[in-house]
Amino acid sequence: MINVQDNIPTTDPVAIPEKRAVIDQILEENRNLPGSVMVILNELQAKIGFVSPAMQGYVAKKMRVPLQQVHGVVSFYSFFTTEARGKHTVKFCMGTACYVGGADQLIEKSKQVLGVAPGHTTADGMATVEICRCVGACSQAPVVVVDEEMHGRVRPNKLQQILRKAQS
Amino acid sequence: MKYYRTHVLVCVDPECLGKGAHDIEDALQDELVAQGLIDEVQVLETSRIGGCSHGPEMMVYPDGVHYVGMTVDDIPFLVEEHFLKGRIAKKFLLPRVEVKDEELSAPTSKEVRVVLRNCGKVDPENIEDYIAEDGYQALGKVLGSMTSDQVIEEVLASGLRGRGGAGFPAGKKWQFCRASKGTPKFVICNADEGDPGAFMNRRVLEGDPHAVIEGMIIAAYAIGSSRGYIYCRAEYPLAVRTLNIAIKQARALGLLGEDILGSGFSFDLEVRIGAGAFVCGEETALMGSIEGKRGEPRPRPPFPAVSGLWAKPSNVNNVETYANVPQIILNGAKWYASMGTEKSKGTKTFALAGDVNHTGLIEVPLGINMREVVYDIAQGIKDGKKLKAVQIGGPMGGCLPEEYLDRPIDYESLAAAGTIMGSGGLVVMDEDTCMVDIARFFMEFIQDESCGKCTPCRVGTRRMLEILQRICKGEGKNGDIETLEMLCKQIRATSLCGLGQGAPNPVESTLKHFRKEYEAHIFEKRCPAKVCKGLIRYDITDTCTGCTVCLRNCPVGAITGDRRKLHVIDTDTCIRCGICMQVCNFNAIEIN
Ligand SMILES: Cc1cc2nc3c(=O)[nH]c(=O)nc-3n(C[C@H](O)[C@H](O)[C@H](O)COP(=O)(O)O)c2cc1C
Ligand code: SF4
Ligand code: FES
Repeated sequence: MINVQDNIPTTDPVAIPEKRAVIDQILEENRNLPGSVMVILNELQAKIGFVSPAMQGYVAKKMRVPLQQVHGVVSFYSFFTTEARGKHTVKFCMGTACYVGGADQLIEKSKQVLGVAPGHTTADGMATVEICRCVGACSQAPVVVVDEEMHGRVRPNKLQQILRKAQS
Repeated sequence: MKYYRTHVLVCVDPECLGKGAHDIEDALQDELVAQGLIDEVQVLETSRIGGCSHGPEMMVYPDGVHYVGMTVDDIPFLVEEHFLKGRIAKKFLLPRVEVKDEELSAPTSKEVRVVLRNCGKVDPENIEDYIAEDGYQALGKVLGSMTSDQVIEEVLASGLRGRGGAGFPAGKKWQFCRASKGTPKFVICNADEGDPGAFMNRRVLEGDPHAVIEGMIIAAYAIGSSRGYIYCRAEYPLAVRTLNIAIKQARALGLLGEDILGSGFSFDLEVRIGAGAFVCGEETALMGSIEGKRGEPRPRPPFPAVSGLWAKPSNVNNVETYANVPQIILNGAKWYASMGTEKSKGTKTFALAGDVNHTGLIEVPLGINMREVVYDIAQGIKDGKKLKAVQIGGPMGGCLPEEYLDRPIDYESLAAAGTIMGSGGLVVMDEDTCMVDIARFFMEFIQDESCGKCTPCRVGTRRMLEILQRICKGEGKNGDIETLEMLCKQIRATSLCGLGQGAPNPVESTLKHFRKEYEAHIFEKRCPAKVCKGLIRYDITDTCTGCTVCLRNCPVGAITGDRRKLHVIDTDTCIRCGICMQVCNFNAIEIN
């Protein structure tokens, strides 16, 4: 189990006043919603970019729910991340259509271009590379999503150009 | 409310975004401010107005003018011409050729559009558009002239079955929930659409959200519910946005909220967003997730109709199930039941993908056979290749070989063939697909998505995956097939939810129909489709012109050779990614 109440790193959103204000506002807005924990965590992930152990502890304390419950939810869903991520996100769809369409070749190529395997962030903190489930654009397979932008029918030789957006 | 004389809808679909739709939108805003028009012209985002192939695209209302292909630099001119001077900027008009929507094209003669009837036709962000297409008339009819029992009767008589997978009769489910004691009752829409290869629900939510909302209100009236949730997966941000706009507009017109249309019936709903767990598509897990917990399935009974969300009677249906309801009420159960087969009525949407000439969304009457879908609607296999299998039903579905093409697509026939209807993913695979590799792929998915609550599902699928991985690497052993078969039986019999129970389907169906391929891998160390990396090698033939394209594209530098000289691949370094083969313009790479 994580211990969060003591020694919160000074770089943690909970310790940064502006970020803390955002967190407080999210908590305030959703306080009375039934099933609020999911909604709050989703909002935190969207607005802060991740849900650190200290943030989980903060949510548990403010919402008066056991920390285990918050931690359990965070660890269950693949959308929640617990540390800061790269400035950009590159996602390779590994759904059926994209897999059949050659997504693994794109991943090989991306390892070469960005120097990291899926699940990791580049050393310069620019890009986090991920594998994701079907993004629902199968007729465009294989699909690569850079930040919010979807690229379909990506060929390995076109990939470099697409990845450039995630490199600065 | 603020009144705008003109609305500009900028398409923000993936393809248009790729062509800079957001930049166009920003430039447009700035220019409208600069020319003092910002209080008269409102810029909105929308999904798919044309085919995006001419993107970026925008639609100007009420004029109905469709502009395409502009750049940021063209915006000042466009704004001045159209919005200030009121002249159409001809240069950016959509060329008068047929626009092709890559996901949803005009229906072929074998299709019938009920659920998809409005997609691409109405503006999803404008409730008036939906109303103009008889929208909310069914709700009016229900509230004005039908009792709850009559509504349930009508849905029962239509034969509508759940479109989320299991195919349980919708009317029956409603009846159970209505009969349940306890308040409040909840109406829940399952918009988690997790099956890879499926995007039917997304298009309905993005293209015709009010049909789903209207269906849910009618269900709520029938059941006696006052509160609803739409649980949408986080991967669909545009759908969430469109739904929220639609809900707001419906509220503003008194179609949601207190005392709907003066009938005394009250119902409201909200959207809840998932967080990337496939198992949350399972109804009990989904309700757990709405409650703010881990999305773990729980045993049924009690069924949701008795004890669902917050232990209250709840009705869970799929997006498509609800979207059918207004049409059934308006056109009558008889009309709906006139389509389909004896036990599978109506139409079903499918997302066609894979190695066919035409991919995208289709909607067909149930009972159509697979051959018509693959050869008439999807226009056959790409590059003149041969069909190997059709995968239907998602990760818990199965692969059907050629021999099954002439059987009808309905719930019973598919079950008899060892697969399921599922939510509508339909992936066509050509002769270059390795069925063992496909089975491995699905097992990887299932293993990854198992919530881990049941040991057979958690441990058993991992063991199956390990065996399949070994077989694909060329390390298969005598007895592997038998072990797989035994694990399939055990997992199916002892898992709690549909994920574990259906997990064996991809393996069982490929074992049943493509056993020879497994045997070739295990006993001859050969991958007949030349896919499995451990069993193939890439070589360069003498048609190589020494153009160096492969050399430059190989991610691991396994290719050597001088310009204009024959290149060679170092088999030990090669990771069998196949990129060289894809980039070679001279067909000089072969697999052995
Ligand atoms: C692992 C798993 C995933 C599921 N995913 C979905 C889904 O994405 N969408 C859906 O509508 N139903 C899904 N279902 C089926 C639901 O549990 C439920 O049967 C369905 O939502 C009921 O609606 P219907 O009667 O309208 O089909 C899934 C079931 C299982 C076991
Ligand atoms: S069968 Fe698998 S996914 Fe379903 S509840 Fe059990 S462990 Fe979870
Ligand atoms: S499989 Fe990649 S978008 Fe569906």
